[in-house]
Amino acid sequence: MSEVKSVTGRGLPLRGNDIDTDRIIPARFLRSVTFDGLGEQVFADDRVQAKGTHPFDQPQYEGAKILVVNRNFGCGSSREHAPQAIARWGIQALIGESFAEIFFGNCVAMGIPCLMATSEVVKVLQDAVEFNPQTQLQVDLEEMEVRCDEYAAPVQMAAGPRQMFISGTWDACGQLVAQADSIRATAAQLPYIRW
Amino acid sequence: MSKGTLFDKVWDLHTVGTLPSGQTQLFIGLHLVHEVTSPQAFAMLRERGLKVMFPERTVATVDHIVPTDNQARPFVDSLAEEMIQSLERNSQEHNIAFYNIGSGSQGIVHVIAPEQGLTQPGMTIACGDSHTSTHGAFGAIAFGIGTSQVRDVLASQTLALAKLKVRRIEVNGTLKPGVYAKDVILHIIRKLGVKGGVGFAYEYAGEAIEQMSMEERMTLCNMSIEGGARCGYINPDAVTYAYLEGRDFAPKAAEWDKAVAWWDSLRSDADAQYDDVVVFNAEDIAPTVTWGITPDQGISIDEMVPTPDLLAESDRAIAEEAYVYMDLQPGNPIKGTKIDVCFIGSCTNGRISDLREAARIAKGRQVAEGIKAFVVPGSERVKQQAEAEGLDQIFEAAGFEWRDAGCSMCLAMNPDKLEGRQISASSSNRNFKGRQGSASGRTLLMSPAMVAAAAVRGQVADVRELL
Repeated sequence: MSEVKSVTGRGLPLRGNDIDTDRIIPARFLRSVTFDGLGEQVFADDRVQAKGTHPFDQPQYEGAKILVVNRNFGCGSSREHAPQAIARWGIQALIGESFAEIFFGNCVAMGIPCLMATSEVVKVLQDAVEFNPQTQLQVDLEEMEVRCDEYAAPVQMAAGPRQMFISGTWDACGQLVAQADSIRATAAQLPYIRW
Repeated sequence: MSKGTLFDKVWDLHTVGTLPSGQTQLFIGLHLVHEVTSPQAFAMLRERGLKVMFPERTVATVDHIVPTDNQARPFVDSLAEEMIQSLERNSQEHNIAFYNIGSGSQGIVHVIAPEQGLTQPGMTIACGDSHTSTHGAFGAIAFGIGTSQVRDVLASQTLALAKLKVRRIEVNGTLKPGVYAKDVILHIIRKLGVKGGVGFAYEYAGEAIEQMSMEERMTLCNMSIEGGARCGYINPDAVTYAYLEGRDFAPKAAEWDKAVAWWDSLRSDADAQYDDVVVFNAEDIAPTVTWGITPDQGISIDEMVPTPDLLAESDRAIAEEAYVYMDLQPGNPIKGTKIDVCFIGSCTNGRISDLREAARIAKGRQVAEGIKAFVVPGSERVKQQAEAEGLDQIFEAAGFEWRDAGCSMCLAMNPDKLEGRQISASSSNRNFKGRQGSASGRTLLMSPAMVAAAAVRGQVADVRELL
């Protein structure tokens, strides 16, 4: 599995607090047994309403890899379709003031780091990318820093997930299954397993 | 750091070990599966040549995509049909119990597990659905997960997780008539915000909580996630045990007494330490309605839509967005707002006691002219019980439609949807933009009794005037 130590690329600024997963991918697009095609449907309804002015529709942000968001991004439904849609559009990392917990966990399991920064840092990044969409951003999980030309600022992520990205163990499935004996031993200690 | 809480005890009992990342590998006692977030997980298992490790601890049903007016197969929506077929195949292939339509036990996953006694105190419960927090009502640690994590639980019956902090939320005193569990949770979310619970499990306690029935407790815990808390729970007590005793999967005979003793031992200790404590007074809570596009944008029925100066600066931008989207004027009363659709149902408020309360308001009254009102029982068993009590006849006589079990218009992945700019009075859990199936549709969250009151008045009304 691949290590995720840093992501470098152009940014995509998406302003607003409490952007929920229903907005990221409306429920009607979940009527499928695969995640195929979700990339084109990301923010479908918001984009129609913005009539071409939504950041995901603006040509200057085509090919961006780092999504820069505000507070409580990804709240609401647990649907992994939301980060899948964002990732399939081309995003490889997110920086935001804060993330909803289930969304964050889904991103870890997909190998997409979500890094937290202060509202001031987020604003600097969003402004810089809007001013010059060609600006290269770099998120560095080893130094826990975001860089943008000469500018550098600290970012945060809990120690566990960070370690999973750096060591390439963000897909925990194999590690979990490998503990089969301990799992069965733990289960055997739980009274309710027997009744 | 918390110590001696039910959360700590259950977490420790289910800890398999510590992963190299430092995270806990946590055993999941009950895995609930539905048709929307599982097909890709089963496909990933297949790709990796993995099996379901504990099929006997996995239970499936179909709820999100099912039509509630005509459930004949194949479904008219071929995509929905493909999804139910996928779950039928996957549960058969992996030997997982599946409560299908017509089984007598199908329904919303968070309604059927408690009603069958599958949900029990002291368990860890996961499901690919954010409203899994519902099951915390029993003193279980229950939380929503995404599809890759559904894969992990299928394959290993465990998850890689970091421990949450614990916030005790006390609601002291007694609720006034016309004030329900839904109002309590909308009030709590209003005060603590939609991100206030991020990183926390919520322990609900205090007299008002102790006085609640199990179904009210489920309503409360269900919406923990709307306050940002992935998990919310209530310590098990006599109310919990009385609800559980005799249910299909509850322990029986000699096992029952042992179970009760074990459950009692899991209750938070009197001297437990919490990361945070917040106290509310039940008498301060009135029937509550949301006016905006996030569940914390709520007000009492007799308050005005807040003007920006009443809000914290960081809440003003989303309030401005909400005024425009909802087409509601700050400073105007919410009471009297004309509505188009009334929806009673969902994993928040689709249980028998919810339908009884709504029927009590609807009885002998008529749905106002031009309003589409419908009632969707949370499960086939709820439907059967309601019909045995004659609630269906009360609703139909009042002009409500009476439907089959499913998630329905809570999230509109099925034919039940708002159209255009319609505004709904809804007993569901989310008022997000577009949530109820129209990209410009609008949702006002409230208790089922308040929805029934809105239906008969044709506008947002104070249920206390109709009791």
